[in-house]
Amino acid sequence: MNEHDIERLERRLGMSRRDFMKFFAGLAATMGLSSFAAEAMAEAVAVQRKRPVVIWLHGQECTGPSETLLRAEHPTLERLLLDMISLDYHQTLDTGAGHQVEAAKEASMAANKGQYLLVVEGSIPTKDGGIYCKIANKTMLEHTKEAAENAAAIIAFGSCASWGGVQSSGPNPTEAKGVHEILPGKTVVNLPGCPPNPYNFLATVMHFLTFGKLPALDAQGRPLFAYGRLIHENCYRRPHFDAGRFAEEFGDEGHKQGYCLYKLGCKGPETYANCSVIEFNDISGGTWPIGVGHPCFGCAEKGVGFTKPLFSLADVKTHTPPAMFPEISQRQGSSGVGTGAALLTGAVVGAVVGATAMAAKKLNSTGDSDKQG
Amino acid sequence: MSAYKPLGSRIVTPPFIALGVIAAIGFFFLAMRFIYGMGSVTNLNGAHAWGIWVVYDVVVGTAFACGGYALAITVYVLNKGKYHPLIRPALLASLLGYALGGLGAFFDMGRWWQFYNILLPWNWNFNSVMLEVGLCVLTYILVLVIEFSPAVLEHFGAKKLLAVLNKMLFFFIAIGVLLPTMHQSSLGSLLIAMGYKVNPLWQTWQLQPLLALLTALCMGFSIVVFEGSFATAGLRRPSETPLLKGLGMAIVGLLGAFLAVRFITLLVQGKLGLLFAFDFASFMFLVETVLFVVPLVILLSPKRRENGGQLLIAAVSMLLGGALYRFDAFLITFAPGVGYSYFPSVPEIMVTVGLIAFEIMAYLVLVKLFPVMHDAGHEA
Amino acid sequence: MKRRDFLKAAIGGTAVVALGEAEARANLEPAPEAMGMLYDSTLCIGCKACVSACKQTNGMPPVIEEGNPQFDSARDLSGDTLNVIKVYLNGKGEHKDTVSDGYAFEKRSCMHCVDPGCVSVCPVTAMRRDPKTGIVSYHADACIGCRNCTMGCPYNVPQFQYNQPFGQISKCQMCNQAGVGRIDKGGMTACSEVCPTGATLFGPRDALMKEAKRRLALKAGEVTQFPRGDIRHPFHPHEKAAATYQQHVWGEKEAGGTNVLHISAIPFDQLGMPPLGERSAASISEGVQHGLYSYLALPAVALAGLTYLVRRNTNGHKEGEE
Repeated sequence: MNEHDIERLERRLGMSRRDFMKFFAGLAATMGLSSFAAEAMAEAVAVQRKRPVVIWLHGQECTGPSETLLRAEHPTLERLLLDMISLDYHQTLDTGAGHQVEAAKEASMAANKGQYLLVVEGSIPTKDGGIYCKIANKTMLEHTKEAAENAAAIIAFGSCASWGGVQSSGPNPTEAKGVHEILPGKTVVNLPGCPPNPYNFLATVMHFLTFGKLPALDAQGRPLFAYGRLIHENCYRRPHFDAGRFAEEFGDEGHKQGYCLYKLGCKGPETYANCSVIEFNDISGGTWPIGVGHPCFGCAEKGVGFTKPLFSLADVKTHTPPAMFPEISQRQGSSGVGTGAALLTGAVVGAVVGATAMAAKKLNSTGDSDKQG
Repeated sequence: MSAYKPLGSRIVTPPFIALGVIAAIGFFFLAMRFIYGMGSVTNLNGAHAWGIWVVYDVVVGTAFACGGYALAITVYVLNKGKYHPLIRPALLASLLGYALGGLGAFFDMGRWWQFYNILLPWNWNFNSVMLEVGLCVLTYILVLVIEFSPAVLEHFGAKKLLAVLNKMLFFFIAIGVLLPTMHQSSLGSLLIAMGYKVNPLWQTWQLQPLLALLTALCMGFSIVVFEGSFATAGLRRPSETPLLKGLGMAIVGLLGAFLAVRFITLLVQGKLGLLFAFDFASFMFLVETVLFVVPLVILLSPKRRENGGQLLIAAVSMLLGGALYRFDAFLITFAPGVGYSYFPSVPEIMVTVGLIAFEIMAYLVLVKLFPVMHDAGHEA
Repeated sequence: MKRRDFLKAAIGGTAVVALGEAEARANLEPAPEAMGMLYDSTLCIGCKACVSACKQTNGMPPVIEEGNPQFDSARDLSGDTLNVIKVYLNGKGEHKDTVSDGYAFEKRSCMHCVDPGCVSVCPVTAMRRDPKTGIVSYHADACIGCRNCTMGCPYNVPQFQYNQPFGQISKCQMCNQAGVGRIDKGGMTACSEVCPTGATLFGPRDALMKEAKRRLALKAGEVTQFPRGDIRHPFHPHEKAAATYQQHVWGEKEAGGTNVLHISAIPFDQLGMPPLGERSAASISEGVQHGLYSYLALPAVALAGLTYLVRRNTNGHKEGEE
C-alpha cells in the first residue's frame, strides 16, 4: 500500500488512514487474527481497483440482518455499501424497482460471473414448488439456485437463511429451509443469529476478499472464529455459574447482583456464538440479552431458538469440563512418600535389624560358656 | 528377702543421652501437634484417619507389650513356676509399652480434652469394638501398675502394704490375663468393620480376633526372649538362654496354630489364588510368611534353640512378622479407595521413634533403680 | 474339672460362640420414615450450587489453595467440605455421560447408610442414626476424636478437621443438625433446594427409589419431566431427554443400602464408589462383638476360671519366692 493508494483511499472513503487501520484492526481481532492480517485486509480494500460485487437476496424474513447491518458503525452503512463493496442488488436498499432492478441484477451477475458474493437472508419455502415466496414472478427457490450457480462464495446471513429460523419451527407450513439445504454440494457460510451480528458478516467478507478463501468453518458451516465456542464459555456471568450463584426470578436479589441467568432459562450453555465477547453492534455498555439481564434465547442455535421454551433449562454442553472440577481420584491431602520419611523408616528398620545382629553375635560368643554353666 | 535386685549401675551413659536427644525431638513435634493441630505434624488424610500413631503405638506397640501377658499365662495359669524370674522385667516392659500405647492413643485423639467421655457409661456404644479396646487397655494399664507395684513397694520398704497387696494379687493377675485376651483379639476385630478397605488376604472377617490373639501371644513370648537377650548382651546380665528356649517352644506351637488358621481361612474363603497374584499385597504376604517361617525353622531344631544368638534372631523375626502382619492389615495394603495414599511424615515418625526412645530410657532407669531383674546370685 | 479340660472348653466355647454368633445380626432395615436424596449424575451440570449452598448453610469456609483465591478449590471431602462435585474424565472427555472419551459429574457427600458403619464403630455414641428419619448425625460433645468413624465408613465420609488444634468431625447431617433443623421443620436440604436441574432431589427414601426406577426404565432420548427440590411438592419440573442410564440404583442394596441414592450413566466403580456387597461390614463386626461379649457372659466365666487357677497356682509360690 503506497502513499498514492492511501491518498486515493482517503479521498474515496472520506476516512483518515488512522480510522481506516483502526477498523481493520477491529475486524481482525473479531476473527482472532493478527495485526498482519489487519494490514493485509486494509491493503485488499485500499488497493482494490474495483469494489467486490455483492448480490443480496431476501427470502422469508423480517429484514433483521439488513437492519443490523444498517446500524453498524465501523464502517457506517453508506461507507460500506458505496465505497467498500459494490452492492449491485439488494431488494430493500435498491432505489430502483421492478424490471429495471431485475435487469441490473442479471447484468451484474453475468458481468461478474464467478466473482460476486451471494448473500442470502431469510429462509426459503420449498412446499408446493416454493410458491410461498415470489419475487419478480420467480420463486425464491429459483432465485437462490440461479444466483448460487456462479457465485464466488455464498453467505447465509441470519438464522432464517442458516437453518430456517422462526419459519422452520413447527408446524412450518411453507416447509421453510436454510440456504445450504437447497444447495446440496455447495459451501455455504452460515452466520446465524436473530439478528446476526454484523461484525461477523463483515469479518467473513473481508477474510474472503483478503485471503481469497473462506474462514475455517465448523460442521454446520459456521465460521469458527465466531461460533467456535458456547456463549456460556466466555460469558462474564460464568463465574457466578461456577460458584452456583443464580438469579431465581426476575428482579430478585441475585438478578440485581448480576448472577448467572441459567435458572431463568438462559440458553448460553447450549448456544454457539460470540455474543458474550463482542456483544451487539457498537452500542456497548453490555447491550446484548444477557448483558441487560435477560437469559439468552439461543437465537443462533438450530434446535434451541424458536424451538425450546423461552424459560426452560438449557442442556449444558460443557465440552471440556473446567479444570476446577476435581477428578474422582483427586483427594484432599493425600501425600506421596516423602524422601526423608522413607529414609527415616529405612533407618529405623535398619537399626532394629542391626542391633539384633550385633546382640546375636555377642550372645553367640558367650554361648559356649552358657552351655557349660 | 526379695529374689529381685536393682542393677544399680550408672544411669546416664552415652546411649542414654542419644536416646534422650531422639526423645526430645519427638516431644518437640508432639508439642506442635497440640498447638497447631494434627495436620501440622501428620500426613493423615480423609481416608487414612489412622496413621502410625495408632497402628504402631497402639496396635503393634501393645502387642510388643504382651510379654507380661504371655508370661502370666505361663506362670500363673499353666503353673510353670520356673519362668517366674522373667516375669518382673516382662511386666515392666508391658507396663511401659501399654502406658505409651495409652499415651499414643491420647495424643492421637482428635478431641483429647474430652477423652473422659469414653469412661461415662451413658456414652457407651456396646456395638463398638473401639469401646472395648479403649476400656480394656485403660483398665489393663491400671492392672499392670498394680502387678508391678511390688517392685516399687519393695524399694521403699512398704512391707505392710506389700502384704495386703500380695493377698489380693491373684485377682489382679487373673484380670491381667483376661483383659489382654479381650483387647488383643479386639485389635483384630477393629478390622472387620473396615470391610473392603482391608486387603482380602488380611480381611478374614470372623477370624480376625483369633488371628490377632495368636500373633499377640507369639509376640509376647518373643519380646521376653528379645528383652532377655538384650539384657544379657547390653546390660551384662547373665545369660538366660536356658529359660528362654522353653519359651521358644511356646512360640512354635502358637505360631504353628496361627499359620494353620491363617492358611485354612484363606482356603475356606477361597482367597488362596490371591497369593499368586504377584502384586504388592501378595509380596507383602510372602515377606510376612518368610518372617514367620524363620522362627519356626530355628526353634524346631533343638540345637539352634540352645544358641542364644539364633534364639534372638528367631524372636526378632517373629516380632517383625507380627508387626508387619498388623502394619499390612491397617496401613500398608489398606486400600480405602482410588486416589488415597498415606506414608507417615518425618515429624510423625519422629514422634513415634521419640516415644520408643523414651520407653527404653524409662526401662533402663527403672531396672537400675528398682528391684526388677531377677537376682541370679540369690538363686544360685 | 481338670485344668486342661477347662482351658479346652473355654477356647472351644469361645471359638464356637464367635463363629456361630457372628452371623447373628442381619443388616438394619431402613428407618420407618427414612428421608434421603436422589442424585442423578446425568442431570448434574456441574454448577456447584449445592457445594456453595452447603458451605453457607453449614458455616464452612472455602478451601483455598495457592494460585486460586477466588474459588473454593475443595478436591474432596475434608474438615471444611461436606459436599463436593467431582468429575469423571475419560480420554478426550468430550461427551457427557459417556464412558469412553466422555465425562460425567459425581457428587460426594454422606450417603446416610441404612446400616451406618460410623454409628456401629463409634465408642461414645457420637454418631447416631435417627430412629425415625434415618439421618446419621454427629455430636461433637460426645466425640473423643478417635476417627474410627472414618475407618468404618465405606465411603470415607466423616472427616476430622486436622488443620485445627481443637477440631471435630465434619459430615453432612442432611441440614437437620441443631440450629439448622430444616428437615424437622418440613423443609429440604440446602443442596436440593438450590439444584437448578433437580440432579439432587430431596424426599422420602421410598418415593425417591420409585422415581429412580422410573428414570432407569426410560428409553434413552425419551423426553420426560424431572422434578426439582422436594419430590413431595416439587418446583416447576425440568424437561429433558433421558440419558442412557446404568441399570443400577446405588444405595438400594449396597451394604444394607443408603438413604442417599445415586443413578448415573457411568458404572459406579468408575465414579469412585467402593466395592460393596449386600452385607454391611458393621453387621458382621457387631455379630462377632456380641458373640464374644453379650452381657459380658463369656468374659465373666473366663475370669472366674482364671481367678480359680491363678489363686491355686500362686498359693504354691506365694510372696514371690520359689
